[in-house]
Amino acid sequence: MFPAVDARQVHKHFGSLHALDGVDLRIEQGEFFGLLGPNGAGKTTLINLLAGLALPDGGQIFVLGHDVVKQYRESRRLLGVVPQELVFDPFFTVRETLRLQSGYFGLRHNDAWIDEVMHHLDLTDKADTNMRRLSGGMKRRVLVAQALVHKPPVIVLDEPTAGVDVELRQTMWHFIQQLNRDGHTVLLTTHYLEEAEALCGRIAMLKRGRVVALDSTRNLLSSIAGCRVRLKLAGILPAALQSQVVEKTGENYLLALSTYQALERVLAELRLAGVTVQEMALQQPDLEDVFISVMGR
Amino acid sequence: MLSFYTLFYKEVLRVQKVAFQTLLAPILTALLYLLIFSHVLEQHVEVYPGVRYTAFLIPGLVMMSVLQNAFANSSSSLIQSKITGNIVFVLLAPIAYGEFFAAYVLASVVRGLAVGLGVYLSALWFSQPPMQYPLWIVSFALLGSAFLGAMGVVAGIWAEKFDQLAGFQNFIIMPLTFLSGVFYSIHSLPTFWQSLSRFNPFFYMIDGFRYGFFGTSDISPWFSVAVVGGCLLAMTGITLVMLRSGYKLRG
Repeated sequence: MFPAVDARQVHKHFGSLHALDGVDLRIEQGEFFGLLGPNGAGKTTLINLLAGLALPDGGQIFVLGHDVVKQYRESRRLLGVVPQELVFDPFFTVRETLRLQSGYFGLRHNDAWIDEVMHHLDLTDKADTNMRRLSGGMKRRVLVAQALVHKPPVIVLDEPTAGVDVELRQTMWHFIQQLNRDGHTVLLTTHYLEEAEALCGRIAMLKRGRVVALDSTRNLLSSIAGCRVRLKLAGILPAALQSQVVEKTGENYLLALSTYQALERVLAELRLAGVTVQEMALQQPDLEDVFISVMGR
Repeated sequence: MLSFYTLFYKEVLRVQKVAFQTLLAPILTALLYLLIFSHVLEQHVEVYPGVRYTAFLIPGLVMMSVLQNAFANSSSSLIQSKITGNIVFVLLAPIAYGEFFAAYVLASVVRGLAVGLGVYLSALWFSQPPMQYPLWIVSFALLGSAFLGAMGVVAGIWAEKFDQLAGFQNFIIMPLTFLSGVFYSIHSLPTFWQSLSRFNPFFYMIDGFRYGFFGTSDISPWFSVAVVGGCLLAMTGITLVMLRSGYKLRG
């Protein structure tokens, strides 16, 4: 069985900038995969190469076994890409846009599926509205619908929820998760790390054009040892605990703990100094902690 | 094949949705030229013996409209799509570069011919030139509009802003069309300018097209059709090489 996406030693330069520096990435069929990294790390460049919007300077990328350069027609037919920029064709209505997109992919009489996609993305009421008259959120929904008109086995979402309200996020993720359960592979880039943590089974982190972390979300989370404790104190934090402070706002402190047992020492120091604990909460490490730790290396 | 047809259909639909700008405005412009030039020159100029100046002018104006609008169609559609970013929908689709070329060029031919037909039908009110060889008329209209459509694809891909495209249009297309013998026969020019005109491919398009109406021309229509056909082949080759390499479309 071919992997959904297989990138091998991919390089891309923009002038003197080495945007992708030997990226190797293999995404299996049926995965919900996250691609994370700070701005300029090379996420969108990698997606552009995958989608054929740019050509690699070195290496190869395959979509379900098809080379994206040499077999571009086959590979593009297997991909549904939601671009990051909010783009639209101002001449057409929503339905016309989706019919045209179907035609580009060689599909005639696709209205039944177009209606279903519009229904899932709450676009049915806007079917005959010109694209210019839609709000930003609605335009984003149409972009998602356009990527899905040909039922692509591999769906690529490049920051699909940037600047999008909660309702659309929920509607969209509900639909995308359903497609993933039906066997579609999903590749997601996002700056919302909690979104990636909740949705993605595996995650790759890019930094300056290189893959610096690649593992299951669970393994990445457990790679950060220890936890944190949030305290509200009636008094001043003893000097012995100052080295553990991660964050301080007024009487609220966030302390890093190497293990759960370390909490006992914190409480003992507070008792010894006569400082009363007014509120206390333990926090598990999240993807943001992993991200900061990986990017800080 | 459906990908090509859909892209072609999309381009024609775009022309239709802004028909005031893409069809009616150029027809009106050509009629204003006809009105003014024929009013001023009708009594003073006789280019071909026995042919009134207004009748002489009509085929040239029709062909000029065909050529300019064929160029405008592919070039403006492409630059608009590039600047607004919606070209991405075409680039993401499994459309072969040959299909991409054919769709944009064919849509340009359709718009060029639609405007040309509109100008011709409206101009009949002023004068009715004969139509001696309709096959020559159709051949030159098709070859010329396809050549300009392909040139528009090159310009639309090359230009990065509207200003550059306007430069291409105003400094290359407009002078070449105006100096191609739309308003005169090149035999009325001094020898130097006559020789120079022979390097202008637009001259052969206008001259050959006009031959279809009057059966008279400055140059043999067979020679003109060979030049125009050769130009179209060369431009097709250049455009296909550009599209295949992804020049300015796939970074």
